Amino acid sequence: MATTRRINVDLPLVISALLLSAYGLAMVYSAGQTDVKTAVAGVYKSQAVWIVLGIGAAFAVSRASVRLIEWMTVPLYGFTILLLTALLVGLGSGGGSAASTAGWLTIGGHRLGQPAEFAKLTVVLMLARVLSQNRVTPRSMIELWKPMVVAGLPLLLIMAQGDLGTSIVFVGIFFAMLFWAGVSWQLLVLLGSPVISLMLGFDARIWGAWFLLLLALVLWYKPFLGEGLFVVVANVMMGILGPPLWEHMKPYRQARLLVFLNPSIDPRGSGYHVIQSQVAIGSGGWLGRGYLNGPQKRLAFLPEQYTDFIFAVIGEELGFIGVTVALALFLFLFLRVIRIAERANDSFSSLVAFGLLASWFTHVLENIGMTVNVMPVTGIPLPFFSYGGSFMLACWLAIGVLARVSSEGRGGKSGPLRV
Amino acid sequence: MSFHPNDVVRRGRAASVIVCGVLVFLLSAFFRAQVVRNEQWSLQSEENRLRQIPTAAPRGPILDRNNKPIAENVIGYSVTLLAQNEDTLRATLTRLRQTLNLTNKQYEDAIKRFRRDRTRPTVILADASFDAVSVLEEHRLEYPSLIIQSAPKRIYPDGEAVGSFVGYVSEISDAELANMSSAGYKAGQLVGKQGLEKQYEKELRGREGVQFVEVDARNRIVPNGRTREDITPQQGPPLYTNIDIDLQEYIHGLFGDSTAGAVVAMIPTTGEVLAIYSSPAIDPNRFVGGVSSAYYDSLNNDPRHPLYNKAVQGQYAPGSTFKLATAVIGLEDGLITIDSHMPDACNGYYYFGNRAWKCWKKEGHGSLSLAGAITQSCDVYFYQLGQKIGLSRLVAGGILLGFDKRTGIDLPEEKRPLFPTSVPEYFNQKYGARGWTAGSHELNMSIGQGDNAQTVVSMAKFYSALATDGSEPTPQIKHGPPQRTKVMNISPDQLVELRQAMMGVLAAGGTAAASAIKGVNIAGKTGTAQTMRYTKEGKPLYYAWFAGMAPAEDPKIVVVVMIPDVTFEGSGSAHFATKIIEHYLHAQANNTILNTG
Repeated sequence: MATTRRINVDLPLVISALLLSAYGLAMVYSAGQTDVKTAVAGVYKSQAVWIVLGIGAAFAVSRASVRLIEWMTVPLYGFTILLLTALLVGLGSGGGSAASTAGWLTIGGHRLGQPAEFAKLTVVLMLARVLSQNRVTPRSMIELWKPMVVAGLPLLLIMAQGDLGTSIVFVGIFFAMLFWAGVSWQLLVLLGSPVISLMLGFDARIWGAWFLLLLALVLWYKPFLGEGLFVVVANVMMGILGPPLWEHMKPYRQARLLVFLNPSIDPRGSGYHVIQSQVAIGSGGWLGRGYLNGPQKRLAFLPEQYTDFIFAVIGEELGFIGVTVALALFLFLFLRVIRIAERANDSFSSLVAFGLLASWFTHVLENIGMTVNVMPVTGIPLPFFSYGGSFMLACWLAIGVLARVSSEGRGGKSGPLRV
Repeated sequence: MSFHPNDVVRRGRAASVIVCGVLVFLLSAFFRAQVVRNEQWSLQSEENRLRQIPTAAPRGPILDRNNKPIAENVIGYSVTLLAQNEDTLRATLTRLRQTLNLTNKQYEDAIKRFRRDRTRPTVILADASFDAVSVLEEHRLEYPSLIIQSAPKRIYPDGEAVGSFVGYVSEISDAELANMSSAGYKAGQLVGKQGLEKQYEKELRGREGVQFVEVDARNRIVPNGRTREDITPQQGPPLYTNIDIDLQEYIHGLFGDSTAGAVVAMIPTTGEVLAIYSSPAIDPNRFVGGVSSAYYDSLNNDPRHPLYNKAVQGQYAPGSTFKLATAVIGLEDGLITIDSHMPDACNGYYYFGNRAWKCWKKEGHGSLSLAGAITQSCDVYFYQLGQKIGLSRLVAGGILLGFDKRTGIDLPEEKRPLFPTSVPEYFNQKYGARGWTAGSHELNMSIGQGDNAQTVVSMAKFYSALATDGSEPTPQIKHGPPQRTKVMNISPDQLVELRQAMMGVLAAGGTAAASAIKGVNIAGKTGTAQTMRYTKEGKPLYYAWFAGMAPAEDPKIVVVVMIPDVTFEGSGSAHFATKIIEHYLHAQANNTILNTG
């Protein structure tokens, strides 16, 4: 093109995203190569189309200035909330990446996408907007009511769909962005303490120890009296509520958590995914069983091999080396995004960059962690790898935003590039 | 907001550390799974995808003394199914039903087998016909969990001729499984059910092989899957027997379809069983893999009891064949010599107690020596000899001669003969302390009646001792070192005298004179024991016995024939026995000529 506009393309960012997408596409292709062919055999084609679409969308977004994005944040966020509400009132349908979670926007029988994937983006934008408006770093919980509402609303809507995994991502985004906004770690702990109490509530002694620690923290940090009281009371409540809440949990979710602690309690049922995934990964060894040749995948022992458990295919076929390469690519991308956040021109851009990082990071930790049984099984896809159009598109949109933030930021490593 | 560059850099560093830390933690989890525990997970992966399909080992062949086959294997086919659970098994069976015309019983049996052992493929047809296999091969794709294997099938070329001792093989039963699982037996395997097949099961079975197949998560077999090298089954070693299959067939032909009875032929010096036969014969081939109910019913309803092995299971009063035992005991005690006469001459009756004890010959034998009494089988002589010996000694002597014990022949079906165990306890227990007198038992037992019922093989063992130096050999079907026990305390000369007396049985005036064979000196003894059963016309039925040996000067063969429930006497059995002897010695002579010429 003969234009003379010069923009800086963040090459490390784009290249690492391209490499991850290519790696992911290769694995989606392999995941389809089972001995008895299923519909999965052809999904790599649509995945490739989604990648191309995603790159196109990223390019388009990178053309928009951050100010434009900031200006669009409120309507986008509102639209997201609308969609999520629509899902709840009847436009949703069953399906989704993991077997028992819903979340598809369906109109006239056509699946249009998973709004939750875009909600991750818009919540990041909205949180960035809200947090960047603060002149002073929040020192108390009251001051944090806005971000809490921004993250809490979609979280509740998605939890109401029964999608625990995605809601965890919002928690991750929320805390990470507060951290990036400079909220002190003590306040973050106090804020998160009721949830921790809830999880530790099953054992009175462990909870008791946690509670003493918390009291010490309250006395040291000296929040407002009302807040301090609130934190203490909330923790006590959660400690008491924990066990009955557990009793009321849906059995499949109970099973997932129990199976996480010991997969062999139900090897044919809830533990099946975890065990087969571990078998696939563990049998891969250093170099793997060879691309396309993983028996666990080939013979259909590995469930969800093209979506949530695609990383197990890497482990099986490409071994520890393949896993290391994938993790290294992620690490490179993450460090690059942190750098972009550091060098962003303004606090909104910086928060957006860091929020997107938090979203991916939560996905990677949870998804890869569950394949080796260091995290409980939740239906969270792996960015750039798991098959899924909405998510791939969302990931590349994020790359587009990041590229823009990077090019507006102060002196990245990337040189000027003529386009 | 605190976005002072220093703060941002500080937080950026913290974030980088957290990100690195978490990814390193994840990587370490992979290192643990993929490198440290690789072996364990690899094993589980192999277990997931590989199924071990047992391949049956051909059983060792059973060979006769000239290495002719008694039992061998031909190629058959088995159809088995790798079922994941009972529902899929039922679903597949229901579809197979139409393709294969499975009966309800086969359907239910398959489910039973699956419940018994889920780790092995479920046997649907242990012996599938070639037609069934062809049909299944056509429908291969519809049944991805079906396994068709070639499986050795047991056959017995001589069929009925060997049915009395070879036994058969069939699927292991629950009871057998409970007993034998420690020896590595698994549900669905074939085991020897009777006879030699059962007796030497552990030697004959060989070692099962393994064929590996690759299956997917739904237990469907992957065609040409990547598997391990198969382990080939190992055939069991051959079982060499002492049986002379020609003689066995000759005996089978001799009995034909009409006559019931039993024969044991053995080499007296070694106990080698040349032939053992029970008529009516059963065809072991029809029992292999499960007998048809029609055939089984026809056997079960036959009044001549073909399912009952008359050579080793049947217990029959030995009658006059036992007189030689009475004579041996008398000689051992020095009460008589071969020339001794008894006080009372035979006039057809012997008066004892308040009754007249009949001799079989109404007109009487007159006064006879022991030799004459054996030749003519005079009851009156042996009544008196029995009284001289006394009941206690008669029983004790019988026990020493082995009449109360199994012979130890290598057949699992052998029964212990009936014989008093002691005097007076046995009789007190049986008849009550006041319900019997020694006198009448002395008389009865001396002529082989009363509390005495012997198996045919037991009598063959006794006559083998008479044919040699008074040592009883253990009858052996499997070839092996002979085992002999000296049981008769009489001199070799006395044994020669007894054999000479028995030669008289087949000479003019003897009870089996009509059965004499030209050119062969046969010594023997007839026996006609009362069964206490009668024909519809009121004629008494007998156990017709003959125990013989030849050549009388140096016996090479002992033959005992017993024909139950007939109106003819022991001389009728002698006819069979002498023909058997003649056939055997003739064949031996021919062999010798062939071998030397």
